[in-house]
Amino acid sequence: MAPKTIIEDNIDILVAGAGLGGTGAAFEARYWGQDKKIVIAEKANIDRSGAVAQGLYAINCYMGTRFGENNPEDHVRYARIDLMGMVREDLLFDMARHVDSTVHNFEKWGLPIMRDAEAGTYLREGRWQIMIHGESYKPIVAEAAKKSADKVFNRICVTHLLMDEAKENRIAGAVGFNVRTGNFHVFKSKTVICGAGGASNIFKPRSTGEGSGRVWYAPWSSGSAYALMINAGAKMTQMENRIVLARFKDGFGPVGAYFLHLKTYTQNGLGEEYESKWFPELTEMVGKEYLDTEASHLTHRPIPTCLRNHALISEVNAGRGPIHMVTMHSFQDPHLEEIGWHNFLGMTVSQAVLWAATDIDPKNENPELTTSEPYVMGSHATGCGAWCSGPEDVSPPEYHWGYNRMMSIEGLFGAGDAVGGTPHAFSSGSFTEGRLAAKAACKYIDDGKGEDIKVTNATLDKLKKEVFKPLEHYKLYRNEIVAGSVNPHYHNPRQFLDRLQKLMDEYCGGLTVNYMTNEKLLNIGLKKLAIMEEDLEKIAAEDLHELLRAWELKHRHRTSECVMQHTLFRKETRWPGYYYRGDAMKLDDENWHVLTVSRRDPETGSYTMEKAPLYHLEDVKEDALADKETIAAE
Amino acid sequence: MPTFVYMTRCNGCGNCVDICPSDIMHIDKTYRRAYNIEPSMCWECCACVKACPKKAIDVRGYADFAPLGHSVRVDRDEEKGVIAWRVKFRNGKKDVSLMAPITTVPWGSGQPQLRDVPAPTQEQRDSQHLYSEPETIRMDDGEVHTLKSNGLRMKLGVSY
Repeated sequence: MAPKTIIEDNIDILVAGAGLGGTGAAFEARYWGQDKKIVIAEKANIDRSGAVAQGLYAINCYMGTRFGENNPEDHVRYARIDLMGMVREDLLFDMARHVDSTVHNFEKWGLPIMRDAEAGTYLREGRWQIMIHGESYKPIVAEAAKKSADKVFNRICVTHLLMDEAKENRIAGAVGFNVRTGNFHVFKSKTVICGAGGASNIFKPRSTGEGSGRVWYAPWSSGSAYALMINAGAKMTQMENRIVLARFKDGFGPVGAYFLHLKTYTQNGLGEEYESKWFPELTEMVGKEYLDTEASHLTHRPIPTCLRNHALISEVNAGRGPIHMVTMHSFQDPHLEEIGWHNFLGMTVSQAVLWAATDIDPKNENPELTTSEPYVMGSHATGCGAWCSGPEDVSPPEYHWGYNRMMSIEGLFGAGDAVGGTPHAFSSGSFTEGRLAAKAACKYIDDGKGEDIKVTNATLDKLKKEVFKPLEHYKLYRNEIVAGSVNPHYHNPRQFLDRLQKLMDEYCGGLTVNYMTNEKLLNIGLKKLAIMEEDLEKIAAEDLHELLRAWELKHRHRTSECVMQHTLFRKETRWPGYYYRGDAMKLDDENWHVLTVSRRDPETGSYTMEKAPLYHLEDVKEDALADKETIAAE
Repeated sequence: MPTFVYMTRCNGCGNCVDICPSDIMHIDKTYRRAYNIEPSMCWECCACVKACPKKAIDVRGYADFAPLGHSVRVDRDEEKGVIAWRVKFRNGKKDVSLMAPITTVPWGSGQPQLRDVPAPTQEQRDSQHLYSEPETIRMDDGEVHTLKSNGLRMKLGVSY
């Protein structure tokens, strides 16, 4: 039966993807646009979708200004240090100055936040993290979004953004298909807030076989945030800045609460502290400005995440693995032991299952740690995403073109993983970014910027054909073979996923090559990705579930291509421990203290790369204080 | 622990199909009961386990690294606002029961209907405020931070 076309017209704000960023956008949009039509399109069910589907045991971004704990600029400096300088400080400052308001709203909605009974503050896990009982974090924030939205379309896989045909470089909505009914859905909208996710599973994972779903970032994070925007012609930034995580082995159980709250620490297979011995070599690579162990010790300046990874990777390569998390002493305290278990059950059940299966009681045995394959995302200790406009009162001219969190396409906004240069937003910061984007989108509409969008039927017909082509292709060639999955005319989504993961791993600095790449490898990788793109015309889907996987794969492929282009462009090793450019093994501030910005031309498929200037927040000097007005206006 | 479904407990209600973030819980056409169609895309998030009214769904650790013979069970209750866990080790030496709150208010009652709150003024629209700000930033009458209020500026170039 031919798929029906279902058109949702006259939308003011379409939220594409409703994890923490998207739910924040839908929620806030109702306040600034009480009469506006707000629609959510989500590929799963918003009660359990996105990276927080399983729950969280901590909110990792909370300033605590009400308790006198931190100011927004403190968080900006922390993110800058952790990301080796490469952040959008205007966007970070803006997020940080609003994030506490988000958390206080969450508490009102019923999210259980732990308290420090003596101090009266929230219970701190670390300087930025507060502890929660967050198993139901996602359904609680989803409820707020459901109350705000006019309509929630669950199980819609958004495949493309729609561009306006009346005015160049303006958004007009999105299209996709219903994973259950197989209907084609058209959303015509004045604005789109992209809340889709980053990417797991584009690099070959450490897990194999059945366990390959046990990735650190959710397996349903298919890089759709990036592919949708790249395909629409939006400018992207910092896409080379993939992240590698040091986590409990196999289960990828989180280590934050263990390090910060339970005061566990790492040691090598010989029972020795190993990190510090790699620091002199690292200081040589990145410069004293980025790793000065003496200054770090005196000022509690954190050691960047990537550099700590580097020490772990190097120690294992030196033959002194495995790396252990020393839990035995902390777990003797029954209260801390309970927290250790709750921490997993609330956010990574697998790690609890694994310890139960392997009889690892951290009270009697120190569990192993290891590094993961790379992930592409923008809200943890990494800042991949779109090049977005910042807020008018903070951003310098190069970072500001009208509306907060609007991309280089008019009317297209982003939140969470979609926004580039804003690491360490985590759940609360992503929700906050959604709120900021929603207010700006309402203003854009009120200013009349989204009037008279036009999408022709010819465009919709073309897209509809493209969306369902994998099903057609399967039907056409399936009966040429007796049975099985080997067919000379097509690959299925799983086969393509394996192909993508293998080539990203080998050519773009994955796990099996110890995160190493260079110009030659990257150029080969790009060629292979281009050939794969030709073959993707022949991807086959047996049913609607496989059609979902086919589109996720296409999104992962486009994301990978952009990552490869950016990695090729930045000729330095900015983040040892995330990846290494073997042909440029040092950090190079003279040439690369810049943000990388790319644009893929949707017509030709070719990329234009440019360097964007970096601005850093700094204190206004004493002597200039008298003239604060002038400086603030700069 | 990809999930699996016990034949005798599942009644084919489809709650797991409805909630699974990865779209891998489907109804088997012959048995009319649910099963995990793609264990290698299962994150073990347990959304299906928690949503099952018949307690028909369980988890068995991933075949490539988790030995058999363990158990992690969960019971989530929105009405009571709690979640209960039981973890049993393979060697039987550890059997942990844990409970945690999932909400501090009656389920679903805390979130506001923003259509019905007083509409924002033009002044608020022109300000940097979001909904409920500035009150909810510091829970006092402190204003939203700006570069000016915090004595900051944006400086071009290399600094650390």
